[in-house]
Amino acid sequence: MGLIDYFRSAAGPNKGSASVAKERLRILVAHDRAARDRPFYLPKLQEEIVAVIRKYVAVDNDAVSVNYEQEDSQEILEVNIVLPESPP
Amino acid sequence: MARTIVITSGKGGVGKTTTAAAMAMGLAQRGHRTAVIDFDVGLRNLDLVMGCERRVVYDFANVINGEANLNQALIRDKRCENLFILPASQTRDKEALTLEGVGQVLEELGKTYEYIVCDSPAGIEHGALMAMYYADDALLVTNPEVSSVRDSDRMLGILSSKSRRALQGEEPIREFLLLTRYSPERVARGEMLGLEDVQEILALYMLGVIPESKSVLNASNAGNPVILDQESDAGIAYSDMVARYLGEERPMRFLDPERKGLFSRLFRG
Ligand SMILES: Nc1ncnc2c1ncn2[C@@H]1O[C@H](COP(=O)(O)OP(=O)(O)OP(=O)(O)O)[C@@H](O)[C@H]1O
Ligand SMILES: [Mg+2]
Repeated sequence: MGLIDYFRSAAGPNKGSASVAKERLRILVAHDRAARDRPFYLPKLQEEIVAVIRKYVAVDNDAVSVNYEQEDSQEILEVNIVLPESPP
Repeated sequence: MARTIVITSGKGGVGKTTTAAAMAMGLAQRGHRTAVIDFDVGLRNLDLVMGCERRVVYDFANVINGEANLNQALIRDKRCENLFILPASQTRDKEALTLEGVGQVLEELGKTYEYIVCDSPAGIEHGALMAMYYADDALLVTNPEVSSVRDSDRMLGILSSKSRRALQGEEPIREFLLLTRYSPERVARGEMLGLEDVQEILALYMLGVIPESKSVLNASNAGNPVILDQESDAGIAYSDMVARYLGEERPMRFLDPERKGLFSRLFRG
């Protein structure tokens, strides 16, 4: 590398591409790990909850969301059901 | 009882075969009876890196299929009498290896060897699963680069869910990180992920950092595992890795950019 390149590279566009890489990786890996730690029965569970609710209320397929989170020593299963607006 | 070590990565071309050859030679040189097995069915390479390609008569699949016995297929290294190589089959049949067959071969080797080094093919499919299934230890060969780090992490997920130890609820596989093709200059310029970055993301014990080095290509050209070249940075770094694996403490080397004089900076550094 010549002297001019040397100074240019210190301030050039490459500076910091490693920090971008690291940030992207952090997100990617957290996402991958969350996906593989999820219990295998979640999709089926969601399906069956929708079926049960439908016996009583007409809801869409996406009215039920099931979230799974793991924090240190506890696992949290969060089920959210959005009921249709009741007629006035 | 032998210890079975898988050299794996997920991503291809990161240095698994180079590492398997170095690891096996390093262990054998330190007096441990070691076998190294090429699991890359159809893409036999380890014999080339080890320089014994012309002595291959039978292969791993021949042994599994009962067409040869283990001793007929194992090639004794000419440089180190403790080292034996079991070459991969060149068949196109990707299912040539079965869990049962691999298990039988490892069990038989386990009676007389101390270490069994398994050189995994790339990917997360059949061949890679065969290579890691029976492992006691895993070396995750990783380049300081986004896709390689991510694939190593995915491989960690596979080790902890699909290996024999995981499925049988035994003590988990010991996992080690090996960073290869590391360029301190590029790290210093902020162009390449550094050792701490990768370690922070994968949170694994770092067994070694192997610098990007011309000596690796020279060694594979000649069919000599690079660990035999103790003049080279990569060879020395691999020796350190083997020593650490065996429990010795060795500080990491070759992490700082080479200091260049003003002269070489001015004229093509
Ligand atoms: N530290 C290094 N410095 C320079 N070149 C290297 C280094 N490590 C490996 N290489 C080169 O990278 C290439 C791939 O190496 P190798 O065959 O060991 O990778 P691999 O992970 O086994 O590949 P595959 O996934 O195809 O089996 C080879 O050309 C090798 O010489
Ligand atoms: Mg290979």
